[in-house]
Amino acid sequence: MLETEFNVRSPAPGWREETQRAASPEVLLETRALCFDAGGRRLIDRIDIDIRAGRRTMIMGANGTGKSLLLRLLHGLIPPTRGEVLWRGRPLDRGGRHAQAMVFQRPVMLRRSAIANLRFALAVRGFTGSERTTRETEALQRAQLEGLAARQARVLSAGEQQRLAVARALSCAPRILFLDEPTASLDPVSTHAVEQLIREAHADGVTIVLATHDVGQARRLGDDLVFMHAGRVVETGRVSDVLNAPRSEAARAWLEGRLYLDSSS
Amino acid sequence: MTRRTLLGLAVAAVAIFGQSDRSSATEKFIVVQSTTSTDHSGLFDRILPVFQEKTGIEVRVVAVGTGQAIKNAANGDGDVLFVHDRDAENEFVADGHGVSRADVMYNDFIIVGPPADPAGVAGATDAVVALSRIADSDALFASRGDDSGTHKAELRLWRQAGVDVVAASGSWYRETGSGMGATLNTAIGLGAYSMVDRATWISFGNKHGYRVMVEGDPRFFNQYGIILVNPDKHPRVKAKWGQQFVDWVLSSDGQTAIASYKLDGRQVFFPNARRVP
Amino acid sequence: MSSFLASLGEAVGLIVTGDPDLLEIIGLSLRVTLTAVAAACVIGLPIGAVVGALRFPGRSLAGVILNSLMGLPPVVVGLMVYMALSAGGPLGPLGLLYTPTAMIIAQTILVTPIVAALTKQIVEDLHADYAEQFASLEVGPFDRVVALLWDARFSLMTVALAGFGRAVAEVGAVIMVGGNINHVTRVMTTTIALETSKGNLEVALALGVVLLTIALIVNGAVMTFRATAARVTYA
Repeated sequence: MLETEFNVRSPAPGWREETQRAASPEVLLETRALCFDAGGRRLIDRIDIDIRAGRRTMIMGANGTGKSLLLRLLHGLIPPTRGEVLWRGRPLDRGGRHAQAMVFQRPVMLRRSAIANLRFALAVRGFTGSERTTRETEALQRAQLEGLAARQARVLSAGEQQRLAVARALSCAPRILFLDEPTASLDPVSTHAVEQLIREAHADGVTIVLATHDVGQARRLGDDLVFMHAGRVVETGRVSDVLNAPRSEAARAWLEGRLYLDSSS
Repeated sequence: MTRRTLLGLAVAAVAIFGQSDRSSATEKFIVVQSTTSTDHSGLFDRILPVFQEKTGIEVRVVAVGTGQAIKNAANGDGDVLFVHDRDAENEFVADGHGVSRADVMYNDFIIVGPPADPAGVAGATDAVVALSRIADSDALFASRGDDSGTHKAELRLWRQAGVDVVAASGSWYRETGSGMGATLNTAIGLGAYSMVDRATWISFGNKHGYRVMVEGDPRFFNQYGIILVNPDKHPRVKAKWGQQFVDWVLSSDGQTAIASYKLDGRQVFFPNARRVP
Repeated sequence: MSSFLASLGEAVGLIVTGDPDLLEIIGLSLRVTLTAVAAACVIGLPIGAVVGALRFPGRSLAGVILNSLMGLPPVVVGLMVYMALSAGGPLGPLGLLYTPTAMIIAQTILVTPIVAALTKQIVEDLHADYAEQFASLEVGPFDRVVALLWDARFSLMTVALAGFGRAVAEVGAVIMVGGNINHVTRVMTTTIALETSKGNLEVALALGVVLLTIALIVNGAVMTFRATAARVTYA
């Protein structure tokens, strides 16, 4: 297991220093030797990454490498087997979770109207009265769903549902938004709409962490890239650097469309 | 649309639940633990309104087998016991559950059987001989098997006939463990003989050609008794109203009412209260 | 066959003539059963939702118990309630034995596990769908249960109907705690049992047809309501 064939060990040695040098915005989220086991297998293996405020971090890698798991660990949906997730330097707690939001690959819509879905999330997060009404309206506008507010969320199209999901996540004013392949099953028009929402959120100062296997999407949306293979981070860097000149064999193989079957971990 | 449906449901609910609840409307009532033979034959339907008319007391009858009726009354769940098993009734009083026992009326048991009469007992007047013949034949016999008054009377007759029905249980002797009606239905289904009180038989609607095979034996005598449940032992007993009912049943009014009840033009219960006020 | 046709004719006759005794019996049947089902829903829906949606020690045991209780024989429930309500029993002083209330209690006990177990299944499935979103939003246990019950409300109507079916068709419990007292605790099923034991099989079967008709009407009404409400909601 320690006989790794990766060109770059996890974590990439240069990255942390490099990003720290670059004006160093606040580190919102960092992981320390993060591990997650299930069924006797190590699915996330000693991951150390930093997520800086205002950055758009793309998490890439082949299917089953642990992108979704990593997002869930970062968001605190599942507890790590070992290691820890720090939110602004402290262990992730309820307060930290409140400043986070997540959008899933398949949007989870309650069996209610579009606006009731927004209302539920806002109510849970403690927004009441006119504040909530304002945020509902804003979110509907943002998702361009004003005309469909009373429609059952589940009868909306996949693209509309995902727009609503992103708008719902943003309505609670998170500092960081996790997205797990949010456009994987969407057509180009819908994908464009969702990406536009993500861009706007970023422009509003929301930090973005997005798992994707769409290279084009990573180029369009990303600042930084974390490349995973078999539960490990094998390469990190600027999106363009990694995609143009991958240093790890895993990233190179993947980008070239080759199946990289090493699973020494 | 939804609202109208809701409204409709609400109206239906009011219609169902708004109706007067007899249990709360009538506070003046007693519970009589009695037997299926008295209730299902229609006797109570005939005599109870007369009593209620006179006293304003509603009589609620729980009609079960004598065995269960006695147990229920021994639990204090009833004000008056009106059954037909003298030995068990005396024991009930002796155990302190009842105040005293009085004879009310009698009728008689009969043995009914399939028209083909495989045991050849038709027309017999000696119950013991008839039962022995049934036991010796290949015919089936359906017994209540439920500790009821009829069941106990039947067992007494088998003992006198010297037949060990416990040993025969499951072969030609079938214990249904059910009420009289269910046992008759079973007997008819099996083509079996069965012993039943005359009132239940006359009012039974599913005879399928079954006839009275054996009747007239003095040992078929079936005495009914009435007992006020002991309020000293069971404080919830409505002793005053219960006593009123007992007194009325034993009075000439009550006895006349019983005598006047007829099924198919025949008197089926014969009043024989000894203390006629 | 001829007797079955005769029963059908008799059933139609009973309904058409609006026999007052029959109406009283039908009314009491509906009152007892619907009240019991309502009570069972009040108790069983939250229990089922809690077991279905929340994690707690003994949760799987609770699920097994609920499923097992679904098979409670009515007679056993009747016996338990009888012993509790009997004059010498712990609840004897309430004087509820041989009243419609006793029948409602017995049927509530009978139906609650059904409502709870089926609710658990439905809520569990829905929760599997919602779980991550709930976790992400940090929805508390109470809000979770309420939201799941609300969102599953159309499916839960079927649960209530299942409970209704069990209760309205049940005879063992109500005859034991109600006593089948004429005009007081006589309901459809106990009347059917009574007429059967009187050998009046045609009448008994006719009453069975009436009972089936009522069950059909109730089911039809609820399903129509459900479809209408769903159509309005999902329009």
